[in-house]
Amino acid sequence: MTPPARPDSSPPSYRGGVFDRQDTLAKLLIAPAVLYIVAMIGAPFVLAVLYSLSNATTGDPSLHLVGLRNFTAALEDPVFRLALRNTFVFTLLSQSIVIILSRILANALLKPFRGKWLVRFLILLPWTAPISLGTIGWLWMYDSIFSPIDWVLRYLGMLGTATALLGPQTNMYWLGVPGLAIASVILVNVWRILPLATVIQLGGLSSIPRDLIEAAEVDGASPWRRTLMITIPLTLPIVSIAFLFGVVFTFTDLVVVYVLTRGGPVQTTQVLSSWTFFKGIEAGDLAQGAAISLFMFPVLAVVAIFILRLARRTEVV
Amino acid sequence: MANIGKLARRGGLYTLLGGFAFFGAFPFYWMVIATFKRDHDLFSPLNNPFLFNEPPTLDHLRLLFFETHFTGYLVNTLIVGFAVVVITLATAVPAAYALARWARGWGESLGIGIFLTYLVPPTILFIPLSRFASFFGLQESLWSLILVYPTFTIPFCTWLLMGFFKTIPKDIEEQAMIDGLSRFGAMTKVVFPLAISGILTVVVFSFTLSMHEFIYALTFISVSAKKTVSIGVPTELVRGDVFQWGPLMAGALIASIPVAVVYTYFLDRFVAGFTMGAVK
Repeated sequence: MTPPARPDSSPPSYRGGVFDRQDTLAKLLIAPAVLYIVAMIGAPFVLAVLYSLSNATTGDPSLHLVGLRNFTAALEDPVFRLALRNTFVFTLLSQSIVIILSRILANALLKPFRGKWLVRFLILLPWTAPISLGTIGWLWMYDSIFSPIDWVLRYLGMLGTATALLGPQTNMYWLGVPGLAIASVILVNVWRILPLATVIQLGGLSSIPRDLIEAAEVDGASPWRRTLMITIPLTLPIVSIAFLFGVVFTFTDLVVVYVLTRGGPVQTTQVLSSWTFFKGIEAGDLAQGAAISLFMFPVLAVVAIFILRLARRTEVV
Repeated sequence: MANIGKLARRGGLYTLLGGFAFFGAFPFYWMVIATFKRDHDLFSPLNNPFLFNEPPTLDHLRLLFFETHFTGYLVNTLIVGFAVVVITLATAVPAAYALARWARGWGESLGIGIFLTYLVPPTILFIPLSRFASFFGLQESLWSLILVYPTFTIPFCTWLLMGFFKTIPKDIEEQAMIDGLSRFGAMTKVVFPLAISGILTVVVFSFTLSMHEFIYALTFISVSAKKTVSIGVPTELVRGDVFQWGPLMAGALIASIPVAVVYTYFLDRFVAGFTMGAVK
């Protein structure tokens, strides 16, 4: 018995099997992922567009095209207009705050200090824990009677006495008064996205070459000038990426509004995604729901273009 | 004087970090308190809410585990998460490899195209997909979630893995092929083991993203026994209009912490995927 020939002693084999032809193999390997995306993202997207042009309901989901009626009906609906405005206001306000805070936080996290892993874990919690469960924690903190925020305000004498700064009532009703409910929703959005933006910014800040900053220091540039002339221009792409992804996630988010307010009080915190859900699923008006959700699309397309440009511009290939 | 300045800066840094850590973690601290607080203590507006004014109790945990479907939600979440991981690996690993290796030019464009579909949000897709689910008779079935969740895991994980495969030098597999392995063999026996950290990252993300998902689960599943934790806890632990805060907070806490620990460990890689070419 001779031992089988060791593979490495044979010359390179060019057996012509399917798995050896690169082009065929490449297509075979890519196909499942592409088919999945076409079937489960592409097809539903087309169906959403068709629904938005139809009069389909959950009771009668057949497609009868009725033109742009759903879009004009949506635009005439005051709740929709409020939801549209809220979606922009909540997103832009929360993400502006996030960009500033995440920059401050990322700078602090760059410095060496003890217990970094614990601080990191705690700071990242809002992003790493399931958002619906984190928001439930906030719902209990905003409780109309047992809110710990109210308790502290009462303890400090700012609430609940005749002469108190915030009024004689014992509670603020965070989710029960329109202005406060809006602020509450924005705060939870900030809380949620801050960790993501911070980690993205950390990547940007730590990629600035140290010698560049040191050279500027040697040349006598003040810290303010170093920030203005080196850090900000060099980290602008990464800050933009952080901002754009924050916008995508906040703009399309349903959870925060759904769990905290369901759009109340009197629809004042309704956003496009929650209004889509209430109209399209709970009220069963598929056509209206689809039309409302598609109002998000132009913004997302613009964001996608910006993300692409940023990726292309900085690509070193 | 220099020392005092240094000390002050140190103190400032710790105050700042402490403030941010407090902001991030307070809702979870709040869950811990509610989990172990007696109802009487929990619902007395005059009691200091931050402390245990009466001895702590395990009542809420008992209620959560023995009188609600909570363990069922956990099991459902595990089933869905596991199945989504399998589907994602089976589709994203080969696609990413082929895109990273063989397809110049159009491969990069197709890769970016696949990544961009990640930006088509569930809030646009959930209405048509709910019709898909009812058309195929999958409403109230975990299968609807198992089949739909890869719509967000495949685009992101394919993109992430492309990056990983690009870091593995081509010479290694060329050498393996000279040594007699087939093209396919070189890929599965030589390259995939080297990409194991990338594959592990994909496993973690597919699972955590499935566990975080809310809209599809809310739309497709309304039977309590079929719910996953992310919708079961917020929608089911309410009697009439009354929230059962103790068990509710306990459930939110128990489901959040393990996944947060794992996710924290992998977050840097996750973010590396987002930033694409913006940092190099």
